[in-house]
Amino acid sequence: MQETLRTWALACVLLLLASHSWAELQIEITQGAGRRAPVAVVPFGWEGGDASAPLDISGVIGADLTRSGRFAPIPPDDMLQMPTTGVEVDFDDWSILGVEAVVVGRVTQTGDNAYSVQFQLFDVFKREQLVGYRMPASRGTMRRVAHRAADMIFEKLTGIQGVFATQIAYVTAKENGRNRIFTLVVSDSDGENENTIMESTDPIMSPAWSPDSRRLAYVSFEGDRSTVFVQTLRTGNRLKVSDRRGINGAPAFSPDGRKLVLTLGGADGNLDIFIMDIATKDITRLTTNRAIDTEGTWSPDGEQIYFTSDRSGGPQVYRVGISGGTPERITFEGSYNARPRLSPDGSKLAMVHLDRGNYRIAVLDLENENFLVVSAGRQDESPSFAPNSDTLIYATRAGRNGVLETVSADGLIRQRMGSGRADVREPVWSPFPRL
Amino acid sequence: MSHMRLILISLLSAVLVGCASNIPDPEATSGSTDGSDSTDTSGYGDSSGMDGENMDSDVDDEMGMIIYFDFDQSDLKPEYGDLLARHAGKLSNSSRTQVRLEGHADERGSREYNIGLGERRSQAVRRMLLIQGASSNQISTVSFGEERPAAMGSDEGSYSQNRRVEIKYLN
Repeated sequence: MQETLRTWALACVLLLLASHSWAELQIEITQGAGRRAPVAVVPFGWEGGDASAPLDISGVIGADLTRSGRFAPIPPDDMLQMPTTGVEVDFDDWSILGVEAVVVGRVTQTGDNAYSVQFQLFDVFKREQLVGYRMPASRGTMRRVAHRAADMIFEKLTGIQGVFATQIAYVTAKENGRNRIFTLVVSDSDGENENTIMESTDPIMSPAWSPDSRRLAYVSFEGDRSTVFVQTLRTGNRLKVSDRRGINGAPAFSPDGRKLVLTLGGADGNLDIFIMDIATKDITRLTTNRAIDTEGTWSPDGEQIYFTSDRSGGPQVYRVGISGGTPERITFEGSYNARPRLSPDGSKLAMVHLDRGNYRIAVLDLENENFLVVSAGRQDESPSFAPNSDTLIYATRAGRNGVLETVSADGLIRQRMGSGRADVREPVWSPFPRL
Repeated sequence: MSHMRLILISLLSAVLVGCASNIPDPEATSGSTDGSDSTDTSGYGDSSGMDGENMDSDVDDEMGMIIYFDFDQSDLKPEYGDLLARHAGKLSNSSRTQVRLEGHADERGSREYNIGLGERRSQAVRRMLLIQGASSNQISTVSFGEERPAAMGSDEGSYSQNRRVEIKYLN
């Protein structure tokens, strides 16, 4: 009897030990931890000349909510009723299904290419409306309107500003016989509506959004040399901003959009951080160290530049005021921390971090100094925060190809974008659109 | 009783498996291939390998055009001393001759930092050529970082082929 008790006690201790060690691994490999709240996005009603609305808006909203990793919309087949306005909603029918929130709406045609889109969001338990909105749309803008609705719904339900109506830019590389073709692409944040901004048989690197989302800076290797351009998206016109002898690289816009931080190498190849006034092309030098100093990025208040430097041996993140001075080292975990990017609210720093032999994305909380590895690949790179500071996008590997993933800043919700058939790299998330 | 032992053993195994770290550390691997005897193996997608190959007829056709480097290193390995001396000699004998030194890095880590590593390597070759008689205005450098790999794999064999400087004669 004694022996059996002792054996059980030992078993319990081992079980506890086992669950502790598994938990540490789980945070890194889990793709979608946390609870997905069951919600219903009811197919929208339609009043208009054609057989159906130009876009399945409820489908776009449902896909956005699903992609956030926080919601599980129920399939329309499971719905007991299909209301399109608030008065039609029977809360009992939704309570039975365990649904916590219901979205209803309709699209009405008001002209040849003019529509009115309305939606209402209800809390099933409280039996009350949380938000209702009506927006005009054309066929061309309807998808963007659907994303804006999803943003409003998301913010009401989570308290976090939605980023479904934003864009991303990235670089693709495609084989073309013996050569490769590189393109700089802008798409919606869900990967739809891809627009090629620039195409080249030479590499393109380091895209960066202007704060008003109207321009992209990037590095082009056309002519077998590195040149920094700033291109206006609407017109396709581009400005050659730096083509000095040697390296020109790593551009990033200041918060007021008037300046770029740049990496210049010069004839002796000593990479250093510079600030350039875009209008005057005047440059100010910020670092003079013989180390590799590169990958500069601005703090949201425009007063500091964070950058990568290997002045202490391996790459680490440093910070320096824009009027110069001695840079201060920011990262102390491990032997390799590079490519810093701040969250727009200034509270977190994302970077590429060498984690037990794997290059992964890590997030440093600048306020409480918590350091968290948030990705799980071997060659993860190019982290970029969404404008709500809650989610990051980065590039990882699927076999030979680069593929994009998003992850929440706490590392708990990770999603892959795309199939891995194309070779995609260097994603950057746009700012919130200025309306 | 033996049932209990079986459960205990499997629990113990679960703990041990959970504690094991099986992620290999690429920094632990060493060495690179010695490519000093290779002629320009214009790599996959590297159409620029067709540039600037117009060499004088009295030059040894076997003269290597690629210098390889160890991981995270820009130090020139001693075995390239002879080769670089010959290139420097060619340059100092003909003041109009121009070369471009194209530096590269393997794909690991951050892209713009790898531009820096590639540039460090081109600069190391440049300094050696200058010391041995070439003039500054004969040499230009560029770094492609990890953007123009010679080998597309993600193994040490491919990485070692990508850590290189390619010497391109422009005339």
